[in-house]
Amino acid sequence: MDDIFGIPTQALLGQLLLGLVNGSFYAMLSLGLAVIFGLLNIVNFAHGALYMVGAYVAWMALEYFGLNYWWSLALAPLIVGAFGVLIERLLLRWLYQLDHLYGLLLTFGVALILEGLYRYVFGVSGQPYPVPDALMGATDVGFMILPNYRAWVVLASLLVCLGTWFVIERTRLGAYLRAATENPRLVQAFGVNVPLMVTLTYGFGVALAAFAGVLAAPIIQVTPLMGSNLIIVVFAVVVIGGMGSILGSIFTGLGLGVIEGLTKVFYPEASATVVFLIMAIVLLLRPAGLFGREK
Amino acid sequence: MRRHGIVYLLGLALLLLAPLVVYPVLVMKVLCFALFACAFNLLLGYAGLLSFGHAAFLGSAAYVTGYAMTQWATTPEIGLLLGVAVAALLGAVFGALAIRRQGIYFAMITLALAQMVYFFCLQAPFTGGEDGLQGVPRGELLGLLPLSDDSVMYYFVVAVFVFGFWLIQRIIRSPFGQVLKAIRENEPRALSLGYEVDRYKLLAFILSTALAGLAGGTKTLVMGFATLTDVHWATSGEVVLMTLVGGVGTVVGPVIGAAIIIVLQNELADKVGPWVTVIMGVIFVACVLAFRRGIVGEIAARWPGKSRG
Repeated sequence: MDDIFGIPTQALLGQLLLGLVNGSFYAMLSLGLAVIFGLLNIVNFAHGALYMVGAYVAWMALEYFGLNYWWSLALAPLIVGAFGVLIERLLLRWLYQLDHLYGLLLTFGVALILEGLYRYVFGVSGQPYPVPDALMGATDVGFMILPNYRAWVVLASLLVCLGTWFVIERTRLGAYLRAATENPRLVQAFGVNVPLMVTLTYGFGVALAAFAGVLAAPIIQVTPLMGSNLIIVVFAVVVIGGMGSILGSIFTGLGLGVIEGLTKVFYPEASATVVFLIMAIVLLLRPAGLFGREK
Repeated sequence: MRRHGIVYLLGLALLLLAPLVVYPVLVMKVLCFALFACAFNLLLGYAGLLSFGHAAFLGSAAYVTGYAMTQWATTPEIGLLLGVAVAALLGAVFGALAIRRQGIYFAMITLALAQMVYFFCLQAPFTGGEDGLQGVPRGELLGLLPLSDDSVMYYFVVAVFVFGFWLIQRIIRSPFGQVLKAIRENEPRALSLGYEVDRYKLLAFILSTALAGLAGGTKTLVMGFATLTDVHWATSGEVVLMTLVGGVGTVVGPVIGAAIIIVLQNELADKVGPWVTVIMGVIFVACVLAFRRGIVGEIAARWPGKSRG
């Protein structure tokens, strides 16, 4: 079996894997958006910019401090998460009583500021980031040659996503979080520090974006604009999946990545727009999204 | 009402005399974006719908007008009409999809659909890709008036703007506009009063996109080009910012906001480069945090006895 529908199997599987890699980023980012939206009722437009900042933290750590990939994987989410806590404490907390649209507009402004600053410092050309030594090369798994780093990205993001799911759905902390999503006043009345939870949730959500940014750094060129292109696709993913369900976000993200990858094989011209087309179809058939419920 | 009339007459007189003191092309650009912002404000300020993809309509009309003028050598009014028609058609399709969801989802859907238009313009064979359409001729209006003359062009743009501005006023003050406001204030109640909310929203969306198209087509005539910037999400963000700075839901706010942002960009672009984006972002954050009524909204709120329009 050397080809499927006239496409060489190796190319097809390669694109499938690439699709899964992209899907992992969609999954991690839409998961972060969903967690933040659940508790803060804010659609975090700055999510793409913070993903970009995460990638740059990794690049700067290597370039200026000689800290390797694994350090960055741990440090970038912490740094960006702390930055997120600052954003929440200084800016977002004034908006909770207002229309949700203001949250979107404010975070859009934050995204513009971050993007502009990074463009000023680094210019628009991309910075290459090396694949870590341990994950160089490829493994022959019989039916295809599997590039190690890409496999690692899919594995790592799946672990992080499922870990998030476990914490939110299966632990006491997650129970508080879900309760606060439903009714923050009541949860606060029970003595849970809801404002602290809100702050940490935002920090966690953007830390997830930074983690995705570090994972992405060795695959794509690190540029100041890498986030804004991605975030719009992620918005479409979120509309398709609905923000109500965690597993739904993960599944939708991965699925759309794979579909996008396959489109690259069979009809490359549409690969940039296929997610948006699917969004339009889903809106026609299931306006609330695949896993959504109207709020 | 009388005071409004005097303010408008003063504004019009200023517009007619402006080319004596200011570079006319800059004023024309401001007027195009002012019309764009007014069209956007019709949707956000009066129907409560935040479209984050309005550049798609500005841009598609800009491309269509530019293409008609260069390839088919149409007269400018036909080029503009074609642009408006395409923008309205696109608005009908996108609007029908986007109104299926509310609030924050509406914004995300319009943004995503507009991104589709961006990729289409990037790849389509007739848009000139990264270069865009360059050297679009202005032609002769009705085959009579040579728009290549900057002062003729200027008064044509003023006429287009005044027409668009008047139309939006007319829409807002009509019974239709009142229903839109009712939907903005309380959608379930409007629904329970028997208004077909979705049809009102869709019509408002189409009107807004058609006017955005008019602005886009006129902009192509003024500048002589249509590029990917016109359909980029940053332009969608700019129109939100213009409206926010001037005052959401005020009649003249978007005009003032557009003037401020365009002049600011014009002044800063050469001097500070990428900082322009940062400054725009800071204005966004400042407006949302401390200045949500915008300039005109703040003045109206502090001017006792003045009715809010």
